[in-house]
Amino acid sequence: MNLLTYISDSIVPLIFFVITGYALIKGNSVFDDFVEGAKDGFAVVRDILPTLIGLMLAVGILRASGVLDMLAKLFAPVANVVCFPSELVPIVTAKMFSSSAATGLLLDIYKEYGPDSYLGFLASVLMSCSETIFYTVSVYFGTVQIKKIRYTVWGALFATLAGIIGSIIVTNCYGIR
Amino acid sequence: MLNKIWAYMILSGIIVASFQGNISIVGTAVLDSSKEAVTLCITMLGIMSLWTGIINVASKAGIISGMTRAIAPLLRLLYPGVDRNHIVNEYIASNMISNVLGLGWAATPVGLKAMKELKKINGGSRVASKDMCTFLIINMSSLQLIPVNIIAYRSQYGSVSPSSILLAAILATTCSTVAGIIFAMVSRRVL
Repeated sequence: MNLLTYISDSIVPLIFFVITGYALIKGNSVFDDFVEGAKDGFAVVRDILPTLIGLMLAVGILRASGVLDMLAKLFAPVANVVCFPSELVPIVTAKMFSSSAATGLLLDIYKEYGPDSYLGFLASVLMSCSETIFYTVSVYFGTVQIKKIRYTVWGALFATLAGIIGSIIVTNCYGIR
Repeated sequence: MLNKIWAYMILSGIIVASFQGNISIVGTAVLDSSKEAVTLCITMLGIMSLWTGIINVASKAGIISGMTRAIAPLLRLLYPGVDRNHIVNEYIASNMISNVLGLGWAATPVGLKAMKELKKINGGSRVASKDMCTFLIINMSSLQLIPVNIIAYRSQYGSVSPSSILLAAILATTCSTVAGIIFAMVSRRVL
């Protein structure tokens, strides 16, 4: 499955090449545009930092206390029935409420098993194909004052479930152990 | 809801730790996790800025507005109730494209504008219209094509090949988005 890895690895450089090349042909001041946009990156990280400290604190306490192990053990039988590794149950649950909380758990998986392990890889893919459902629903519907949200949450949960099944199948195709 | 979850994480952690004799480890973990968050942010600073920079280059070159025109037929299919010349098409398109490009921060303001317009189209009703449901289901099915932050975290944690997940992530995201679209289209007719 080296080809899959190779294709994946070349997509990012290719995007950089196409965007820079196209902007250059259009006669844009490419570097000025880049620098201007790069300033936003600072703002994004600055906004993330307090949240990240708060959540890594909570996750750090959970991890050190052994609560996560208890949770994983609790869900293990259910997850095993559907071929889903019980270690990743907390990530999937957390991701529905908070992206940063799930990120904290993802980094725990990286630290424990390594980002290139089966669990690290599957966790990465799961994180990439899921959204913070309950957070998004409350922000969007709350802001425009909608009281009845009908089938929205069910649709989002259905999409998430399809993403989980897809992640497991695709990750198994990569042949990582 | 987040506030409660955060509080429960801290409280349950400390309660369980005191029963299992892990309380001193928790004390160390509190200090270590804050340091860890800052270290992570310093790494992210470089990678995030790199992406917002190149995305700005794409935007200035007209690549993003070109993509808005390109997905117009898709919008007509997904939102049959919306007039094709209505301003909301632009907001929905910008939101989708920002999400596809992984610009979560850019997606939210235009997404909220789209919701406000959809509410006006629905006569200001407090009940969600079918277009709103479709819009949010697709929004939450994860449209992000390049999981920039995940790749950054993988790099930070010593992955040999951080972006090797890219193809897998695109395929899995396609699964969830197609499922979300099917659900929205079927519900629109049935419910």
